[in-house]
Amino acid sequence: MRGITKRFGDLVANDHIDITVEPGEVHALLGENGAGKSTLMNQLYGLLHPDEGQILVNDEPVVFNSPRDAIAAGIGMVHQHFMLVPVFTVAENIALGAEETRGGPLGWLDRRRSRRDVIDTSTKYGLPVDPDALVEDLPVGAQQRVEIVKALTREVDLLILDEPTAVLTPQETEELLAVMRSLTAMGKSIVFITHKLKEVKAIADRITVVRRGRIVGTASPDTSEDELAALMVGRAVSLEVQKAPAEPGAVVLKIDGLVVDDDRGIRAVDGVDLEVRAGEVLGIAGVQGNGQTELVEAVMGLREVRAGSVRLEGDDLIGLSTKKILRSGVGYVPEDRSHDGVVKEFSVAENLVLDMYDSAPYGNAFRVDGGKVGGNARERIEQFDIRCQSADTLVGTLSGGNQQKVVVAREMSRPLRLFIASQPTRGVDVGSIEFIHKQIIHERDQGTAVLVVSSELDEVVGLADRIAVMYRGRILAIVSPDTPREELGLLMAGITGAPAEGEK
Amino acid sequence: MTAETNTEAPKKPAPADQESFLSVFTRNLWASNNVLITTLSIVLAVIIGAVLIVVSDADVLAKFVYFTARPSDALNASWTLISEAYADLLKGAFGDPAVFQAWFDGTATWQEAFAPLSETLTYAAPLVFTGLSVALAFRGGLFNIGAQGQAVLGCVVAGAAGFTFGLPIVLNLVVALLAGVIGGALWGFIPGLLKARTGAHEVITTIMLNYTAALFLSWLVIQKGVQAPGRTDAISKSVAESAQLPSPGGILRVHLGILIAVLVTAGVAWLLKRSAFGFEIRAVGANPHAAQTAGISVGRTYVLLMAVAGGLAGLGGATQVLGTAYALTPAVAGNIGFDGLLVALLGRNRPWGTFFAALLFGALRAGGNRIQSYAGISLELVTVLQALIVIFIAAPALVKAIFRLRAARVTGAGTSLAKG
Repeated sequence: MRGITKRFGDLVANDHIDITVEPGEVHALLGENGAGKSTLMNQLYGLLHPDEGQILVNDEPVVFNSPRDAIAAGIGMVHQHFMLVPVFTVAENIALGAEETRGGPLGWLDRRRSRRDVIDTSTKYGLPVDPDALVEDLPVGAQQRVEIVKALTREVDLLILDEPTAVLTPQETEELLAVMRSLTAMGKSIVFITHKLKEVKAIADRITVVRRGRIVGTASPDTSEDELAALMVGRAVSLEVQKAPAEPGAVVLKIDGLVVDDDRGIRAVDGVDLEVRAGEVLGIAGVQGNGQTELVEAVMGLREVRAGSVRLEGDDLIGLSTKKILRSGVGYVPEDRSHDGVVKEFSVAENLVLDMYDSAPYGNAFRVDGGKVGGNARERIEQFDIRCQSADTLVGTLSGGNQQKVVVAREMSRPLRLFIASQPTRGVDVGSIEFIHKQIIHERDQGTAVLVVSSELDEVVGLADRIAVMYRGRILAIVSPDTPREELGLLMAGITGAPAEGEK
Repeated sequence: MTAETNTEAPKKPAPADQESFLSVFTRNLWASNNVLITTLSIVLAVIIGAVLIVVSDADVLAKFVYFTARPSDALNASWTLISEAYADLLKGAFGDPAVFQAWFDGTATWQEAFAPLSETLTYAAPLVFTGLSVALAFRGGLFNIGAQGQAVLGCVVAGAAGFTFGLPIVLNLVVALLAGVIGGALWGFIPGLLKARTGAHEVITTIMLNYTAALFLSWLVIQKGVQAPGRTDAISKSVAESAQLPSPGGILRVHLGILIAVLVTAGVAWLLKRSAFGFEIRAVGANPHAAQTAGISVGRTYVLLMAVAGGLAGLGGATQVLGTAYALTPAVAGNIGFDGLLVALLGRNRPWGTFFAALLFGALRAGGNRIQSYAGISLELVTVLQALIVIFIAAPALVKAIFRLRAARVTGAGTSLAKG
């Protein structure tokens, strides 16, 4: 790709980017959210047109009008959000878009042949997939394999992976990296888009760092993480969370024998006992989908509790409305920011009072005081370094990191007894991660009890004073953050040191 | 003297200001904004309406047979027909210059001059309320198809209160209006409650309640004690004079309802923008999950919102029966609920937008009556015009493509920033 420039209105998303991918290499494209990585790759895959510049495949200039052209030229892409039809089988999904038919375009689908293709490709590249499984029944990692197999059946030479590890467990990530290695060994090239430094160092042959639409540097995998982070963000950042030892006080949150069902009525939390003390961070580690979401929602009054008790400094929280729980001094950062955290059509100012709009000083049961809301917004924007044009900017136009800062700022802008943060830095850029982590520790040091749920092991280890590992709705163990990674990884996979522990 | 020096001084920087204003103006003119699209939609509808007028007239159509021989015949005839029709539309909606002239000359009364405008406002008043009902519910994420049924219930309860209680003047009217609000609110509350408690979709339940309300009204007006004494057709007793909305009388049918409509529009605008309930409505409408997570009770908001929306539509029904009809008939509510849907769409679910959209619909209706009687063109043409305007509004991409509008700058930047 040579001199690629792409503009959206006044914003230059890609500014004269040159990038070359050699055969058989893993080329990592590293940059913060909104740096223009995905935009660049969408142009290579024919989803967007460059305003300037050329794309060359094997030294020949090409123009892609659609992904179909790109696939024909040997370029495949696996998107961050999978493009699979949940109710179709694996084989059907893989055939989708290139259906093989007998008897002309309106003929029968050749299911047998598409099944065979899937099995052939999956054995050839060592990517086990079951062609007859329904995609909706598969775990995320397997769905991703389906996407990769789908690209490979189109016989592509270059595979673009857009943030492939964002949804994976540590083990699944390891598997993916192994797959990537074997693909490059077979001569395929891979463009690996990410903002995770560890993975880049583990797999990439070359690293290109993008910041604000420009290439700010290329690096080799032996560059240190700190240097890479500094390149990405444009200033030195500390990746380690700086904190003093905790000074735990009285028990603030006490959960006893909590049982909660998920949306399908299947037991998600199965008898959890937990205690969070004032002035400490309790981290809940675990692979996504082991009941962490339901546990937190139950505490917040967003989900029905089947059995057990939740007490905040002795007061029973069960049965209270979410509003009452929030008002009693609980701050809550939900795990899915765009779904549950912010109202994208609302301004920054409105989002900053989303749970306080009808209480003093912002308003009362009848009216909301626009002036107070605006004043509060200006203060928080300053204090939490929220990058936006003004307090009236719609939150939907902010980057993920800044949206998350809005949520964190809102929840921390009143006196708290308990602060619950689910995946506080998911999809957030390195600079904002550092900032949010600092704020969480700051909250702890003021004597608030903090509960952090994260599927990022690094995050839990960095923030927590005690780590509870959750597996299949139960707390397997509560350990100190000094516990070796391997041991934590095994615990997250449900393997305890003592083999007698209650696994059926 | 001082005035002169004062005007001299600021004149110098003026050209620069003016230029920037002009460039901003032209840029914004062709950037796609809602006002422009609405205007262009109306223009497009008028053009297509013109074609329909020509096609529906046999005499003019006959002249097109020899179009190649003498095109001027056909074109002149078409032009005359179209211009007369649209002139009648405007005269019927806003007033006939000839009648104004006659008024100044003393040969006509002022009432005659203002009669068309009065008709426009009379037709518009109930539409403001039903339009606001739909628009408000939509801002909260609910599709209130039930404005019709709520308006019918408003008619029923307001009408019944109007001919039953016989309270003193002023009080009788206030009670009757409030009764209409309560009737409509009840009819909105039911689907709201069903939605909050059982998840029943409001589109289905409100449509069903529309039938229920309409059939209830048809049944009610022929019952003993309701039906007008001595009548065999389906009409109720008339509402007491003290419960009627005050009106100048004579040929001016306009009544207090339009003033109430202005006040209620202002009230709804305040409610949406400044009140705590409005904040909840907008939050729930934009993202119910985030609203719930922030402690807003989504179910409670739905129930309250539907009751308020129903109350607005009920008030629309009440103005219809207390302002123009004065008695219940099965068709007393006309189509005001369904037209309210269109009005809200045209007004883009904003209170004042809805208000002006209702005025436009009222004007079309009043003008349409005149077209029918003067130009002999069917009233249905006006309905087609209304429908065309709404279709173009609902398909902004179509209007943009026809007039080659640029995409708005703001939206362009917004989408790009949101991407990774």
